[in-house]
Amino acid sequence: MSETILKHASKTAITLIAFAVVFTALLAFIFQITKLPIEKSEAAARLSLFRQIVPQAMHNNDLLKDTVTIAPSDLLGNKQPTIANRARINNEPAAVIIEAIAHDGYSGDIKLLIAIKADGSISGVRVLSHKETPGLGDYIDIAKDDWIKLFDNESLLKTADSAWKVKKDNGKFDYMAGATITPRAVVKAVHKALQYFEANKQALFA
Amino acid sequence: MNQFKEIAYNGLWKQNSGVVQLLGLCPTLAVTTTAVNGLSLGFATALVMAASNGAVSPVRRFVPSEIRVPVFILVIAALVTVIDLAIHGFAEPLHKVLGIFIPLIVVNCIVLARVESFAAKNPPAPAMWDGFMMGIGLTLVLGLLGGIREIVGKGTLFSGLDLAFGASFKPYVLTIIPDYNGFLLAILPPGAFLGLAGLIAARNWAELRKTATPSLPADVSSSALKPAN
Repeated sequence: MSETILKHASKTAITLIAFAVVFTALLAFIFQITKLPIEKSEAAARLSLFRQIVPQAMHNNDLLKDTVTIAPSDLLGNKQPTIANRARINNEPAAVIIEAIAHDGYSGDIKLLIAIKADGSISGVRVLSHKETPGLGDYIDIAKDDWIKLFDNESLLKTADSAWKVKKDNGKFDYMAGATITPRAVVKAVHKALQYFEANKQALFA
Repeated sequence: MNQFKEIAYNGLWKQNSGVVQLLGLCPTLAVTTTAVNGLSLGFATALVMAASNGAVSPVRRFVPSEIRVPVFILVIAALVTVIDLAIHGFAEPLHKVLGIFIPLIVVNCIVLARVESFAAKNPPAPAMWDGFMMGIGLTLVLGLLGGIREIVGKGTLFSGLDLAFGASFKPYVLTIIPDYNGFLLAILPPGAFLGLAGLIAARNWAELRKTATPSLPADVSSSALKPAN
């Protein structure tokens, strides 16, 4: 009795294995032929995002290749090392593109991409991902509103530390009625990223 | 040929997976914030369903019934991964929008349901047609629901078309209600439930009107609700 069960089981298992082999082969094949297109389209998507905050005129190096690894820092909110991209003109530092994460959004983390010029002023900020309420807090996304452009050309020199707040908290940054927590988190994250830049300028362009 | 017509009728109307069988509610509710999102995920699902039905049907006699579910899941998971990779490689912006929902097609029970109840018992051609038509039926519901939620919630239609297919499609993004402040409820998850309820009611109403004309007794079994995922 138990022998027939065993026999039956091995026969069925072989059928299952045959299917697994055939479909794994299919997957491996498709993975191979889509690998290059995926890498290319991801690079293109990244570059077009960089283009929004670091204009072509600001660098003549390959943004995607000139990178530096940033260790976890409280100022950037990253718990894992992240990659920063550097813009240079004839090897002179022009700007650095760093990721910052705001943990104090209304719901979940807000991931920001911040381009800071060598002189410490902001070239541009974009929201990479967020889970803020659609229609209320999502105006931080460039697809919904131009609010995020408020940060263009801001710097620690131009705006005192005490003014890096939304207007409701007696700062200088506008916000929209109905959602204060979201812009508060973004302003704070951008401010801290600038502080990080000031403290680590040398290492970032090394 | 008549069989194909009946399959199409089943998939699009009589056994529509979105509003009659109520299978695959996870994407129905989660993705339909805009018409474009709904339609794209619907098409991806239709493609997976046609492919998985087509893949299972020719080998249905070689699959012992005790391991048929693992085999079906394996086939479906492999095909979904193929589609996921293809979209990622060749339609990056679309992948950004649908990203996390495409792998979820694997666990959309409508896919397994059709493989199990149709492809495992029928030859390849009708099986593929059945998968595709069931998928298109779902696509219609997703598109309709997405369209309604988008118009009510944001006052636009087909927003995101330019993201998915390139800037040349920008003119096709319609602003239905100009200077609209938006109605948040429609965009949030409850709006999906309310919208779906409206669609189910509308479909039942149309079906009742059709069957109420005194000729044949109404087909009771088709409107019986089945549990959803």
